[in-house]
Amino acid sequence: MPPALRRLVLFLTRHIDGMLLSAILLLMFTGLLVLLSASNGNLVRTSGQLGNMLVALGVMWLFANIPPHYLQRLALPVFTLGCALLIGVALFGEIVNGARRWLHIGVTRIQPSELMKIALPLMLAWYFNRNEASLKLRNYVIAALMLVAPVALIARQPDLGTAILIMASGCYVIFLAGLPWRIIIALGVAGLTSLPFLWSVMHDYQRQRVLTLLDPTTDPLGSGYHTIQSTIAVGSGGILGKGWMNGTQTHLDFIPERTTDFIFAVYAEEFGLLGNAILLVLFLLLIARAMVITANAPTLFTRLLAGAITMTFFTYAFVNMGMVSGILPVVGVPLPLISYGGTSLVSICLGFGILMSINTHKKLVQT
Amino acid sequence: MSDLSINPGIEIRDSERELQRFRGRLAILGIFLLSLFGLLLLRFFYLQVIQHGHYSTLAEANRISIQPIAPHRGIIVDRNGVQLAHNYSAYTLEITPSKVPDLNATIDELAEVVEITPRDRRRFRKLLEESKRFESLPIRTRLSDEEISRFAAHRYRFPGVEAKARLFRQYPQGEMFSHVVGHIGRINQKEVEKLESEDRLANYRGSDYIGKTGLEQSYEKFLHGTTGVEEVEVDSGGRAVRTLSRTPPVSGNNLVLNLDAKLQEIAYNAFGERRGALVAIDPTTGGVLAFVSKPGFDPNLFVDGIDPQSWGELNGSIDKPLLNRAAAGTYPPGSTFKPFMALAALFYGKRTPQQAISDPGFYMFGGHRFRDDKVGGHGMVDMYKSIVVSCDTYYYVLANDLGIDPISRFMAMFGFGSRTGIDIGGESAGILPSSEWKMRRFKQKWYPGETISVGIGQGYNSYTPLQLASAMATLANDGVMFRPHIVNYVEDIRTLEKSLIEPKPLRDLALKPEHLKVIKDSLIGVNKEGTSARVFADAPYVSGGKTGTAQVIAIKQNEKYVESRVAERHRDHALFIAYAPADKPTIALAVIAENSGFGARAAAPVARQVLDYYLLGKVPRKPAETDD
Repeated sequence: MPPALRRLVLFLTRHIDGMLLSAILLLMFTGLLVLLSASNGNLVRTSGQLGNMLVALGVMWLFANIPPHYLQRLALPVFTLGCALLIGVALFGEIVNGARRWLHIGVTRIQPSELMKIALPLMLAWYFNRNEASLKLRNYVIAALMLVAPVALIARQPDLGTAILIMASGCYVIFLAGLPWRIIIALGVAGLTSLPFLWSVMHDYQRQRVLTLLDPTTDPLGSGYHTIQSTIAVGSGGILGKGWMNGTQTHLDFIPERTTDFIFAVYAEEFGLLGNAILLVLFLLLIARAMVITANAPTLFTRLLAGAITMTFFTYAFVNMGMVSGILPVVGVPLPLISYGGTSLVSICLGFGILMSINTHKKLVQT
Repeated sequence: MSDLSINPGIEIRDSERELQRFRGRLAILGIFLLSLFGLLLLRFFYLQVIQHGHYSTLAEANRISIQPIAPHRGIIVDRNGVQLAHNYSAYTLEITPSKVPDLNATIDELAEVVEITPRDRRRFRKLLEESKRFESLPIRTRLSDEEISRFAAHRYRFPGVEAKARLFRQYPQGEMFSHVVGHIGRINQKEVEKLESEDRLANYRGSDYIGKTGLEQSYEKFLHGTTGVEEVEVDSGGRAVRTLSRTPPVSGNNLVLNLDAKLQEIAYNAFGERRGALVAIDPTTGGVLAFVSKPGFDPNLFVDGIDPQSWGELNGSIDKPLLNRAAAGTYPPGSTFKPFMALAALFYGKRTPQQAISDPGFYMFGGHRFRDDKVGGHGMVDMYKSIVVSCDTYYYVLANDLGIDPISRFMAMFGFGSRTGIDIGGESAGILPSSEWKMRRFKQKWYPGETISVGIGQGYNSYTPLQLASAMATLANDGVMFRPHIVNYVEDIRTLEKSLIEPKPLRDLALKPEHLKVIKDSLIGVNKEGTSARVFADAPYVSGGKTGTAQVIAIKQNEKYVESRVAERHRDHALFIAYAPADKPTIALAVIAENSGFGARAAAPVARQVLDYYLLGKVPRKPAETDD
């Protein structure tokens, strides 16, 4: 190999984690395969998603090359900006489909809650790292406040799904940072007892979703329709599935949102229990590698950040598959790396880029 | 990075412990995560293995729609194969109201593309009231090819409006057969309930129509056929994607009638402008050869729901075109009753043929004068003469001698006062008076004076033309009675198998041949030298007949009936019964011409034209003229 080429390959692969990348590429390939079926062989849409993937991989490479301490410095400003934008949304946001989620900034409009998905764990990791030497209960309370404020703003939009996911990512950080068990238990008890209160502040459509989860048949054509049809798709797939491109629920248009949030129904219908098990194994491989990276991260900041990224990825996958198979309420969460849509792909790969960066920069730090 | 390496030593050992604690927490999250994935796997196992059958069924139910295919309705032809009811394929424009936001606006817009008459709109309104919102209802039928292509070009403007190729029922003979063939119409709620109770509703999935009257109704089970099914794969919007399997429908059976369409036409036209009815029966089988009720109506109007205006016109008409005069109209038989009275006299041994009375032109009973038609009377009258000249006095006396209940018992044998059981619905039973009937009807005893006018076919007597024809046929067939039936046989169009409607003798009245001969000779005498002799003057065949006149309003005692003084609708009905040829009768009939006066004048000429065609194939050039 000529030295110039070798330098180029080294430049490209230096901060890339082979195992993570392999798992990601396998999942992306699966995603393209399912999308081709879900879109009834629509090559334009499928190649569009391929383009999204290439962009996402580019972003991943970029973040893999950014040393973690740069991110550490960005934590506070990004979080502050995120909160400011969320307040902006609450005051001047644009209402789409009955929810105030979008903010117009000049030529384009953005959804600041997306930014918060990475900004919040970043902020909390930074905060705990800063106070690593003398972590006291007070620090956990402050962290909790930093968590609750943006979550409350997002929940008010209303966007319960995103709010819960961001809440979860924050909770993972606080848990990993070593929140004492007695407080965890106390919070758990308090949480259970406050459920009725939570119910009373929920919006009607949110309550409806919870109710239809408990019994989807109460509203077969309304909010129960999604769950009923996706459950039928999964169940009728059987052990081996109906075969790629042969799902009747899929191709006769019975599965709603079948290229995005409900793409797993398509996958489960066509590839069956065997396919589902393989997909779970792929996800587990990816998560296991991310866990190893987390466990070996050099600083508290990187450990917490890596843990949050890993656990958030898991949460997305679990919530989505749980929703499609009817054990969780319908919340707008895509299946990471599989669902159609650029935003989700880019933010997931950005996370993995950070993980790779953490893994590949630690030696440089230590030496 | 500098803040990490300010103070090694303790820091490192400390952070080593921190790292262990962190990894412990991470391991807890790992277990948490694994157990949740395990939960998912259990859920998948539950759905995809344990409940797989259930969800497969649901997915199939989603995917497959069972669509009925309506069978072709059997056609109805006369004895010579002339079509009386058939199907033809044509395009209709149909609207599904639930898919159209503003019906009126849509119809207005449609009217710009294809012609929609006010009649169409009224008819559609009526259909709309009777149907469910999601049913597809025709706004226009029988579209021309040009209209169809125009609509196709503008289709996109009309969601919820579809052009459909449909089979239509048509009655090419129109009003002539309206009361015998009947018509179909859209199935209503009552019919749905009836079909459901008979467990036949499944076979009507896909059918919009059902027989409403006449043969269309009474032979519905044969005509309808068996509905087929098609399994179609549909998408979530209900659109058919492809056909999976198909059980073809079985067409309904055809009806081949005893009716002779040409004979029917001649009979119908023979009435000219008059109202009336004619029933002609083959006495040897009971097969109905002609069944006329005039005026009729156009049954085609009813097929797709009649518009309220046309309905109002038909229903409110003074001519009562919707009344089936032949089977449901009841009339006093008048003098056509006399041959049966004479036969009763012989039957009971109350008269011999030769026994004669002296007729002064009236009969006094209980201080009441019963007048004969002929002032001054007919002189000496025996049984033969009593029928030939239609002497009333002879029958006044006879009726009184017989008594009402023997008369009633004898007439019941000929089917008077009870339904004949003909194979169409809507038949009236008529009234055969008896003391028991009067007690039941009026809670009064029978007065002997009431028997007198019964003897000449007046009084409470009231029969349908069908009963008269059937009685005539029974007499002509020497007392062997057949149930009148319109259908000759039912034909399976696939196997061409014919199921004959068996001509079964209902009963043999066991009449004595010498008695029958007396009466038949008298009836022949009527057409040869009696009241209808002029009408049958040059007939090349020998026939028997009897004229009759039925009063519409009662004439006061001692008052002479003068036709010109009576309003047209109050004039007497003309009746005539006949059979031919006399030696071996092949046709027997009854005619009533409403408000046409004396029977020989208006009814007998109609019978003559019918007999001429049936026996000689002679086609008349114009309606039967009155014999003045």
